[in-house]
This record gives sequence, C-alpha cells and structure tokens, in this order.
Amino acid sequence: MSTTTASPPAAATAAENATATKQPDPLRARRRRRLSQWGFIAPAVVFMLLFFGYPLVRNIVMSFQDFSPSTFFDGKAPFNGTDNWSKVFQDDLFGKALWHTIVFTIGSLIGQFGIGLALAVFFTKKFPLNGFLRSLILLPWLVPMVVSGIVWRRILDQDTGVLNSLFDTLGFGGSTPWLTSPGMALFSVIMVNIWIGIPFNMVILYGGLQEIPKELHEAAALDGASAWRTFRSVTLPLLKPVITVVLVLGFMSTVKILDLILALTDGGPADSTQTLGTLTYQNSFVQLDFGAGAVVGNVLILISAVFAVFYLRANRSEGK
Amino acid sequence: MLNSSTDDSYHSWDAATLKRCSAKLGITIEQQSVPAPQVMTKSLRMASSKSLPDVIQFDASEMPTFAEAGGLIDLRTLGLSTKDIPEGIVDFGSYEGTYYGAARTVNTLALFYNKDILDKAGLEVPSTWDEMRDTAKQLTQGKQYGIALSAGGAEDGVFQFTPFMWSNGGDERELDSKNVAEALDYWKGLIKDGSLSKSTVNWTQADVNDQFMAGNAAMMINGPWQVETLNTKKNLDWGIAQIPVPKAGDDSVGPLGGAILTVPNTGDTAREKTAAKIVGCMSSEQEQITYARNSWMVPANAKAAAIWRKEVPELDALADQVATARSRTTQVGAGWASVSLALQSAFQSALTGQDSAAALKKAQARAASGN
Repeated sequence: MSTTTASPPAAATAAENATATKQPDPLRARRRRRLSQWGFIAPAVVFMLLFFGYPLVRNIVMSFQDFSPSTFFDGKAPFNGTDNWSKVFQDDLFGKALWHTIVFTIGSLIGQFGIGLALAVFFTKKFPLNGFLRSLILLPWLVPMVVSGIVWRRILDQDTGVLNSLFDTLGFGGSTPWLTSPGMALFSVIMVNIWIGIPFNMVILYGGLQEIPKELHEAAALDGASAWRTFRSVTLPLLKPVITVVLVLGFMSTVKILDLILALTDGGPADSTQTLGTLTYQNSFVQLDFGAGAVVGNVLILISAVFAVFYLRANRSEGK
Repeated sequence: MLNSSTDDSYHSWDAATLKRCSAKLGITIEQQSVPAPQVMTKSLRMASSKSLPDVIQFDASEMPTFAEAGGLIDLRTLGLSTKDIPEGIVDFGSYEGTYYGAARTVNTLALFYNKDILDKAGLEVPSTWDEMRDTAKQLTQGKQYGIALSAGGAEDGVFQFTPFMWSNGGDERELDSKNVAEALDYWKGLIKDGSLSKSTVNWTQADVNDQFMAGNAAMMINGPWQVETLNTKKNLDWGIAQIPVPKAGDDSVGPLGGAILTVPNTGDTAREKTAAKIVGCMSSEQEQITYARNSWMVPANAKAAAIWRKEVPELDALADQVATARSRTTQVGAGWASVSLALQSAFQSALTGQDSAAALKKAQARAASGN
C-alpha cells in the first residue's frame, strides 16, 4: 500500500525539477508545476479512493446496519445502532479469536524473522551450492498457501502423518496430536506459518545485507571487533530500514490470516485456532450476518491502521 | 443454471442432462459451476445485481436462507407436481410449508464396512451402539482403527453427528438435552476405547473415505457419494448397513442430504415458467434414474427409487435409511447455520476433553442467541 502511494509523488518531484529548470516565467511555471503535480498524483488518488476508500467506508457503515440476505433483494439495510458491535463483543468467541490472533502474529513474526535473518546472514558467506540452496529455500513461498495447508494437514496427521512416523522411528514417541488437540493446534499452525514466511524474510533481509558496504565489515575486523560485535554494531543498525519494512509487511499479512487456517484446521478443534480473519469469514459467509462480519473486519483494519501509523512514524524519524 | 458441480464427473453428468433437456424443450441451457460453499454468496451477489440465473441448485440445508430472503418461487404455483414424491422428500425441499426445491436424488449416511476384515475376525455387522462399540474395539489392531467418522469443524462433522443425536431422540432445538449428551458421550467412548482416531476432529468426510480405503479403518460412517471413489480400488470388498441405533428396535434416523433445484425470483414470469420446465425435465423419473446410476444416490421419486433399488440391491440399506431420514432444516429453517456452528464447537470441545453436558449447554446458549 505504502509503496504505491510513495512512487507517484517521487516521480512528480523529479518531473517538477525538470520543468522548473526550463521555464523562465516563475508564475506560469508554478501553475504548470502544480498541475503536473496533481496530474501525477491523480491516478493514485482515484485508485485509492475507489479500491481502498470506498470499501473501507462501506465496511464501517455496514457494521452499523442490519445487513442480511434479504438486503440483496430489496436493498434495505436498516441502521441498528451498535447492535452488531455489542453482539460481537459479547460473544466470548471474539475475545478468544483476538487472543489467538495476537499469539499467532507475534509467534509467527518472531519465528519467521529470527530464522529468516539467520539464514540471510548464513547465505552472505561464500560456499558451494550457495545459489542453489538459496533458490530451494524459496519453495514454500512459491507454493499456493492452500496447497501448503492441505499438504501440512497430511504431514501433521496424528496417526498417518509423516512427521509422527519420523518421530516414532527416531524414538521420540510418535503420537503428538499436532492439529487434533486444542492445546497444540495453534502452535502447529504457527509453525506452518513460520515455514511459509521464512523465504520472504530471508530474501528481503539478504538483499538488505548485500547493500551494506564490505569496507565497514573490514574496518570492524581491523579494529578487532568480534563477529557478534560486528553484527550488533554494524550490520543491525545499517539493516534497520529493511528490518522495519519486513516486520511491517509481515505483520500486515499475518494478522489477517485466513486461508492457511481454513485449510489446516477450519478454526478447530473446538475453536482453538479461530482468529479474527476466520471469525469475519464465519460471520459473513457461513452465517451470512454481514453486519457482524463487518464489525470484526473493522477491528482488523483498526489494528492494521495502528501499525501503519507506527510504521510511518518510524520512517519519518528515519528520514531525519 | 448455477450449480456446484465443479467435480469433473458431476459436471459432465449435468451437462449431458442439460443437453437432453435443451433438446426436449427447444432451448439452450448453460451450466455454470462454482464450489459448493460459494453457491449461496454467488447467488446473493447475482440477486443484488439483478442477474440471477433461471435455475439454482442449492444444498438443501442452505435453501431456507435464500427462501426467507424472498429469493425463491413456489414450485407448485409454477405447475410442478409432488404426486410421486414421498412426503419426507417434499418437506426436504420445502420451507415453512412452501415447496421451493425439487430434489433429483437424495442421500444420507450409512455404515460402510470392510467385508474382508470383518470376515477374518469372524464378526457380524453391528446394528446397535453397544455392538458397534464392541466390534470397533475388536477390530482395532496396530495401525488399523475399528471405525472412522468425521467430527470436523464444518458442516461435514455436524452432518455425521445428526444420526447419533436423532436416533437417540435428541433434537437440534434442545442441544443441552440428555439425549444429545448421550450421543456425544458415545462418540467420546469410541475415542476412549482407541477404536476411533483422535484425528477425527480434523477429518472431512473425504478424509474418512481415504482412511477407509487405505485400510486404516475397518468401518466408517459415510455417504453414497463416496462409492464412485471406493470402487476405484478393485480389491476392496465393502458392504453397507444402516447406522447402528442405541437399542435394538430403535429407528435409525439419518440426515437427509443432497441438492435441490430451485427457481429464483427474477420477477420475469415467462422466464420463471421456462425455468420450472427445466426443473421438471431435470427431475423427471428417467433423469432421476440416470443421475442416481451415476452418483449412487437414491432417486427422490418413489417410482424411480423402486426401479433403482432393483438395479443396485447392494445399496438397499441406504435406500431404507433414506426412507426414515430427517431434514436438517425442517425444525429450525434458516437458523440451521447457527445451530451447526454451535454444535461443531461443542462436540469438538467434548471430544478433546471437555465434559459433554457442559459443552452442549454452552452450545445451546450460543445457538439460541444466534451468534
């Protein structure tokens, strides 16, 4: 989202500089500059309003309406005040789903980022088959999420799954109820999501690491800094902008998780993997209570928005 | 027409039927298929953009929702007769007494068993709960479980729970009753014995079929739509029986399942009349038999069902089960979705350790509040 908005203004500034140098008349120049500025921004603004603004406003309005299947026929969706909101908040499933979403997001991010960063650092070293292995690790990213979900469901099956068979052969005992125990399922789902998220984190962080000038590392080595010290005082600070991007993008895609959970557990067993994403889906498309679905959707948007603000703040201080 | 025949074989069967009906009625009928869970949302979207198709095939449990919104036309006023259709199946296609949906075939659940495994163990096919529990226990050896069924967190699991709940006198309007709790405790017992895999909470009905085919389960609860797949494994000798009942002499009450053909309210009387003709042709005796032969489901029409029974005597048990089967929406109508969600959550909690009665009490409160 932020990248689409960021590029047109940047282009506009470049164009404005180009026109400014050619135009002698300052007043006309300024007007033309304004016009071309707006011209560059307009497509993005129209796009945003149409595809982000309208659905957003519509969703907020819908959460205050009694929007049922009959609305599709007569177009009537009477306002019902905060009925939808109180209904959703009183449902103890909402609290559960919110908690699961938080655990899922934090757990996934820590795992994805930690392993992704470790691998990225590892691949900056030169060794045989480096390129080959690096492309292999991209595989989870290339497989559609629903496919990974279904495959993992088989792998994690308690009786016939490959993982338990392996553990059994190795003598660790092979009857872990990965997806079938309410206490375990969320953990398993997080593990699968970490597996899916590693390539993305690794690729971006690897790219960031390549940008760090070699001289700095050499200088640190000359000063007698240990590997850990170099990593902490040279690599990490220089990687910070990339890290922010990775974490924010990771957060956005993790907090709204739906397809993976539907494919793995369908929110079960016993609602132990219900997240805000699955709850919206269930409200809107299983129970066809679109008002309640919109409420949960709004909560999700709100959480994302708060994070987006943090991101913009962080970026601004970065600029200074 | 809009249906959920995204599966290759179903799509081609429907295409053949529509071709015959097109020729007969002198029109061209097109088939549009979307995945089953999307039929409802797609239809609603089409309703709001005034682009409804002439015929929609709904899963019968979804029909009340669309009918309640005013989206369907009474088939009787469009001239379709229900003369040869058993009352249970007319009710199956009705909402609040109005006949909105014509079924071509109906299905239900039955007990499938692996003949070789039962013969080898010298065991009879169980007909009561106690017998089933014993048989399943004895058949559980090594990697092989006695029985497989789906207790998954979706409609599949609820569909499979209903025969146990209903045969025991339970009712979907009183989930907290003793009868429902007993049925759930029976399932729990199977897991406790080790005869039913704990993975059951994560299985769809298709997964259950896979387990049965792979020899991981000696018996399973499943429906006739699996027969086509089952028959692809040549050396699997399976039989079919009614779902066991709590006590000898009880009626085995299964859930009536299947899709029904409906005529949506397009506001164009001429089109609706044509649509009714299409529905009439597709659900004619001959077409029902053809469809039943293909899909292994039971024809809705009594006469067609009689002919079909003679053709496939091995599915007799299924046809009997259909005769006593119950529709999920007769009592609660459009409220089924809420009941279903509450029930899924309840039996999953119970099967993974919670107390049945407590879980069901919560479910009843949730279903009643419509949340």
